[in-house]
Amino acid sequence: MSINATQKITLKLVVAAIGMFVFAVFVMPPLYDVFCELTGIGGKTKGQYQGAAVAVDGEREIKIQFVATNNGAMPWEFSPVEYQVRVHPGEKKAVEFYARNPTARDMVAQAVPNVTPNNAADFFHKTECFCFNQQPLKSGEETKMGLVFIVAPELPASVTTITLSYTLFDVTDATETAVAANN
Amino acid sequence: MAHGPAKGIGRWLFATNHKDIGTMYLWFSFSMFLLGGAFAMIIRAELFAPGMQLIKPEFFNQMTTMHGLIMVFGAIMPSFVGLANWMIPLQIGAPDMALPRMNNLSFWILPFGFALLASTLFMEGGAPNFGWTFYAPLSTTYAPDTVNFFIFGVHIIGASSIMGSINIIATVLNLRAPGMTMMKLPLFVWTWLITAFLLVAVMPVLAGAVTMMLMDINFGTSFFDAAGGGDPVLFQHIFWFFGHPEVYIIILPAFGVISEIIPTFSRKPLFGYSSMVYATSAIAFLSFIVWAHHMFTTGMPIAGELYFMYATMLIAVPTGVKVFNWITTMFKGSLTFETPMLFAIAVVILFTFGGFTGLMLAVAPADIQYHDSYFVVGHFHYVMVAGAVFSMSGAVYYWLPKWTGKMYDETMGKMQFWIAFVGFNIAFIPQHFLGLAGMPRRYADYALQFSDWNMVSSIGAFMYGAAQLMFLYNVISTIVSGKPSTEEKTWEGAQGLEWTLPSPAPFHTFSTPPKVK
Repeated sequence: MSINATQKITLKLVVAAIGMFVFAVFVMPPLYDVFCELTGIGGKTKGQYQGAAVAVDGEREIKIQFVATNNGAMPWEFSPVEYQVRVHPGEKKAVEFYARNPTARDMVAQAVPNVTPNNAADFFHKTECFCFNQQPLKSGEETKMGLVFIVAPELPASVTTITLSYTLFDVTDATETAVAANN
Repeated sequence: MAHGPAKGIGRWLFATNHKDIGTMYLWFSFSMFLLGGAFAMIIRAELFAPGMQLIKPEFFNQMTTMHGLIMVFGAIMPSFVGLANWMIPLQIGAPDMALPRMNNLSFWILPFGFALLASTLFMEGGAPNFGWTFYAPLSTTYAPDTVNFFIFGVHIIGASSIMGSINIIATVLNLRAPGMTMMKLPLFVWTWLITAFLLVAVMPVLAGAVTMMLMDINFGTSFFDAAGGGDPVLFQHIFWFFGHPEVYIIILPAFGVISEIIPTFSRKPLFGYSSMVYATSAIAFLSFIVWAHHMFTTGMPIAGELYFMYATMLIAVPTGVKVFNWITTMFKGSLTFETPMLFAIAVVILFTFGGFTGLMLAVAPADIQYHDSYFVVGHFHYVMVAGAVFSMSGAVYYWLPKWTGKMYDETMGKMQFWIAFVGFNIAFIPQHFLGLAGMPRRYADYALQFSDWNMVSSIGAFMYGAAQLMFLYNVISTIVSGKPSTEEKTWEGAQGLEWTLPSPAPFHTFSTPPKVK
């Protein structure tokens, strides 16, 4: 009787322990991604904006700051042409980023955007963005990459400054273009 | 009693007796305690004066990391497992643990886990240097190659812990003497039962976290690497989902110990037994839903900060219940102050102090100021050392006569207590001041204005270190030449089944279950 009961509880606890391991490795990471996507906590912007034009709110002015960062050992020169612009909500604005490949080899890059503060992410609409595509540059080549965006008038009143950060990744060796679809 | 212990080394290698295994756990954890303590002494020696004195900053980082890892996983956790092995069967009237062979395995893999971990000190690249919380990407992208030894070490230690917990749960649920209902269990058994459930729930999460690190480092996954679509902040969430219950894993058995000691030397039954059980369960439950209070500076939305702040403060309620019960147990008791009682009272006072600084840290806007400062170091040493280690010292003095049949020297015991108590406070009170003044943790050097308090803190730390050598001396001299103490009930006010057994407790006890009224 007691041997049997001990085996039973041991089995249950072993299963529970394995279950928690599976939970940590296979459930928590995807759950975290879903959570961030639903709440917009990660500052991830939505894909290409397809919405109709909206009335411009001339009363309000939002400061937009641009940050360009290279990931890891990415060797490109990468910077915004204008570091800061002011826009009215609803207004369509076009800006450019500069990139140059100083290396001796042809490379492909992918930019990944991120918006701060997090609660502005859902109201920062990109109608055109270089981050929707990969950017190839031959050795020594340089380019200007375009971004067209609209800040939605529904932007929370507390937000007066939005920082848009791009991180540039080296995807020369990657064959998949899946990354671009997420931006 | 047909046979006693086996002869020679085989007694220990093939041990299945809960007392032998408990003894091995206790000695192993004490040796780890001295090793981790030696690292702490190196840290405090370097911080004795500003500027680089003795060691290089890289080695300093290895010391802080190894000190934390060894103390948490090597000293405190196994010491309480050892205590559980020794005392739980004696306290519930069981002949042994439910799974004696697994018990042997769970102990004997431990030395290998720590050998893997400690061997990195002698390797090229050095030991882990990313802090005991091993945040990615410090522990992945920027880690030394020896990180793989650390990962496998943690796997082994985790497996040992899980097996130990399963054993404890099976023992408590199945091997209680007739009449020993759940609500008659001694509180040490209750706290360990709840701790064991916590361990089964979160040690696999830790194993999962290090496994994901292993994959990121060696197999090209990107769980924690933003370049591949992962997120380093995810690591912090997973780590603290393990890490916060972990701090209660460390402290709950300590609560159990002092819930045994205080009634004995107050000569009164524990006040509010059932509220103690419920409070322990409440703390265990709350520990799962407060983890992100370690992460207030990661840029959480305000709603998240508010939730984690209030949920964390809520833990003060069941903890307050416990402190209230201990004090009320002492109230109007006929108190005597033998060494175990001194340690227990010190735990109540100092742990409460650490609890209050914890409440300060729970307040999100304040925490953003205190984060990663010496205030945090001061806070968690008050709960880890003054909570867990002090109660462990008290437990050793309390049960040593039962284990060895010999009495420790009371004067020496009290002297050790006072040196430890004074040294500890001199070491850690100043760290709160340093933290509030802005000294960050985990640096090998500091600005000149922090010099005085650092020197004071180092002197206190050396005192506390010396007290531990004295502790070792006291235990060994008791075993070798202590005064025989063979009465069953060592302490006048002691209650419980272990005090119905002869001292020293024979190799086999409760072969026929006792009757519990």
